[in-house]
Amino acid sequence: MTETHYDRAPGDTTPPPELDSEIASPFLVYTTGLVLAVILTATSFWVANTSLLWGPGVALGLAVLAIAQMGVHLVFFLHIGTGADNTNNVLALAFGVLIVILVVGGSMWIMTDLNGAMMRPAELMNPHMQH
Amino acid sequence: MNVALAIDDVRHDAQPRVDEAGPAPKRIVVAYGFWVFLLSDIVMFSALFAAYAVLVRATAGGPTGAQLFNQATVAIETACLLLSSYTCGLMSLAVNAQRRVATYSWALVTFVFGAAFLFLEIREFATMIAEGATPQRSAFLSAFFTLVGCHGLHVSIGLIWLVLMMAQVAVKGFRANVQRRLLCFALFWHALDIIWVGLFTVVYLMGVAP
Repeated sequence: MTETHYDRAPGDTTPPPELDSEIASPFLVYTTGLVLAVILTATSFWVANTSLLWGPGVALGLAVLAIAQMGVHLVFFLHIGTGADNTNNVLALAFGVLIVILVVGGSMWIMTDLNGAMMRPAELMNPHMQH
Repeated sequence: MNVALAIDDVRHDAQPRVDEAGPAPKRIVVAYGFWVFLLSDIVMFSALFAAYAVLVRATAGGPTGAQLFNQATVAIETACLLLSSYTCGLMSLAVNAQRRVATYSWALVTFVFGAAFLFLEIREFATMIAEGATPQRSAFLSAFFTLVGCHGLHVSIGLIWLVLMMAQVAVKGFRANVQRRLLCFALFWHALDIIWVGLFTVVYLMGVAP
């Protein structure tokens, strides 16, 4: 087995020694992350306020921008990458994402469904009167 | 490869090969454990996000998000937290290089941006409560104050932690255990910014979208 492996801590800024020359300086990594994050944030605020876009699509667009920005933060600030030495960190992250999707998606699905079932009688149609 | 020779050669921050080194070094284990804690914290936040998403229309005839939220404030808060995260990253670099003055300077900038974020958030809460939009007013406002307040609480804890870490650097210097704590602090601070991205999108931007 000639392949080399290094353990990487989440947030590690130092590349493995022999890769030093191939990887951009850590300062540049953080700055790239900042620039990308600023662009995505500015786009989010623009999307939320513009009337140029199709209204119902705005929420979806905002969700996509937010997920992209979370990815930028993970890669450039937390240094969770696709490298072979990051496997444990990525697996933990994947499990966390699974739970988050189950909790948020499941809650919204079930509660929307229940609201739909509750609101058939006309007098219960006003969702603003829920407590 | 001669292991003893490798250990003599190795830089303080270089990781030995897994198949030669036995158990992972302590800082890998510590950071991994803290990463798992952060993910569990994010799972807790996801429950609060779910509660908010379910209750966002349950305003009980009270004020809605579109009436309460001020996007200019949110934009400044977002900028403060993002810059704070960036300077925290630069502080990590200064810590790795064991440069004391740079570490203190970046920590100070990080603290100032974090404190500015917290000040704006508290002012926003105070304005809302003065207008009668208290957590007791409606299920929407209960969920809002729980979600955003919990994030604000995390930022407050982070600021206290940062001050404690700078005191440790001043007293103990860049010892291995102090460096591990600083690594954990940086992870915590970056994770808070990730949660804020979800928060300003779901609460503030989707909340005011038509």
